[in-house]
Amino acid sequence: MSDNGSVAAATWEQVELARHPDRPYALDYVHAIFSNFLELHGDRVFGDDHAIIGGPASFDSRTIMVIAQQKGRSTSERAMRNFGMANPEGYRKALRLVRQAERFKFPIVAFVDTSGAFPGAGAEERGIAWAIAENLVALSAARVPILTLVIGEGGSGGALGIGVGDRLLMMEHSIYSVAMPEACASILWRDIARKVEAAEALKLTAADLKRLGLADEIIPEPPGGAQNDYGQAADAAGAALRRHLKSLEAIATDRLVEERYQRYRRIGATS
Amino acid sequence: MFRPKTRYVALPSPRAGVGEEIDRLICPKCDTSLEPARLTAALGVCYRCGYHFRLRAPERIAMLVEPGSFREEDQAITATDVLGFTDSQPYAKRIEQSRATTGANEAVTWGEATLAGHRLVLVVLDFAFMGGSMGAATGEKITNGIERAGQSRLPLLIVSASGGARMQEGMLALMQLAKTSAALGRLAAAGVPYISLLTDPTMGGVTASFASLGDVIIAEPGAMIGFAGARVIQQATYETLPDGFQTAEFLLAHGMIDLVVPRQELPAVLRQLLDLYAPTAAAPGLQLQRQAKKTAAPAPAVTR
Ligand SMILES: [Zn+2]
Repeated sequence: MSDNGSVAAATWEQVELARHPDRPYALDYVHAIFSNFLELHGDRVFGDDHAIIGGPASFDSRTIMVIAQQKGRSTSERAMRNFGMANPEGYRKALRLVRQAERFKFPIVAFVDTSGAFPGAGAEERGIAWAIAENLVALSAARVPILTLVIGEGGSGGALGIGVGDRLLMMEHSIYSVAMPEACASILWRDIARKVEAAEALKLTAADLKRLGLADEIIPEPPGGAQNDYGQAADAAGAALRRHLKSLEAIATDRLVEERYQRYRRIGATS
Repeated sequence: MFRPKTRYVALPSPRAGVGEEIDRLICPKCDTSLEPARLTAALGVCYRCGYHFRLRAPERIAMLVEPGSFREEDQAITATDVLGFTDSQPYAKRIEQSRATTGANEAVTWGEATLAGHRLVLVVLDFAFMGGSMGAATGEKITNGIERAGQSRLPLLIVSASGGARMQEGMLALMQLAKTSAALGRLAAAGVPYISLLTDPTMGGVTASFASLGDVIIAEPGAMIGFAGARVIQQATYETLPDGFQTAEFLLAHGMIDLVVPRQELPAVLRQLLDLYAPTAAAPGLQLQRQAKKTAAPAPAVTR
């Protein structure tokens, strides 16, 4: 195998680990790291989306707001969660929780784990793109600290729709990409079988994002991946969240929001 | 099925070397063989069936603003291949090809201009440059335009035409969704109006960021607008998609946009919007409104 080929194969391994069916999902982390989590439901417009969950929880002595993409494990739960692909209602529920977090000064902790927003006729009719764009605006200006943790797959605008914040943390074997490798391969190579090459070209591993200056910290996973020891993975994630939250809470709100603006403003800046 | 070349029309443009010389043009909707001169006079709208051909950025600008009033900014900003991306050919080569065929350095052109007596910031995406896709340089130029509108308190008009985020720039491209949206959040907080004009096609990450954030959203008739493409939706869900799915008219019916405006009527509608949202002493709304009604003949804004 060529050097290129073996690098691509190693990247593909990361993609498969990020999607491992036994990997801890958002609620596994939420219950392990926080206490008192109370899931709230509904977007107050149309429905309740089970692919995005959220609500307040206790983290040490403070209340935080959880917003998370949730995948299902059993066949029926996977269907109920729509395989972690949210409809507009999920993003609008998240928006409602962002507003509430601002009102009560709860820091926001977002768990990203989706292959993308749901590609469905209903999602388009109800303005999936509009819902995501509104969230990008709301999160970029929210006057509370926001931590984003990618736990599995971060797929495209569907991930970013709850993923704008002050710090981007990534579990060691998580990925985050402008498009899933399969979609990229079928569009650019016109051949879905080229997904391994696409994955390598997209630079989507946690290490790649750290190198690109987009991720702030990579959280180590137990040997072989988080699926091998939920407790250890959650402990590492909890410690990192605690540390980053503490440092963000020390920043005055105006400065926090300005720094968040500049954080995105300088990505791709020419000067 | 996808025949981009036949969807474009070359209108007279102030910039040399842009557009293709074509003797006859077949309308992709009604299959009529069209005379370029008549099509040009009709602003690139099929005079048989009303199909709106795609316009290049210079043509769009010439059609919209007062002659000679457009002052382009950031012309030199060019896409760079940060990731070293290669698919069937290197991204660096694709950039060179797009620069050669379009005469532009990026998929977006922006600057200040005058429209119906109003100064404004105009940002125009060009689908001919890598499908109007948004990379880091694209997002940078768009954000510069948004921030200029905020600093100068000038109304903002963005004309979108894009397949979405530019995959060859990976996450650097995706983050431009957040960057442009954050800038628009500040513009909205400052009370500066933003008109978003959606043209064929506006899809993916561009729809999920700046394109759908207008105070007023207009679309050209028949324009395809959405997030996921119809083919992707069918592969994922096996759903039968309704007639006219993701067209401008479909979005209007579902409450996602404010107006569907035929190209010939755009100058008058934009003038009305600017008079209403950005009234100035130089362009008193009512007077111009009355004039517009008298002279709203087919093609007020074609230049040269
Ligand atoms: Zn026609």
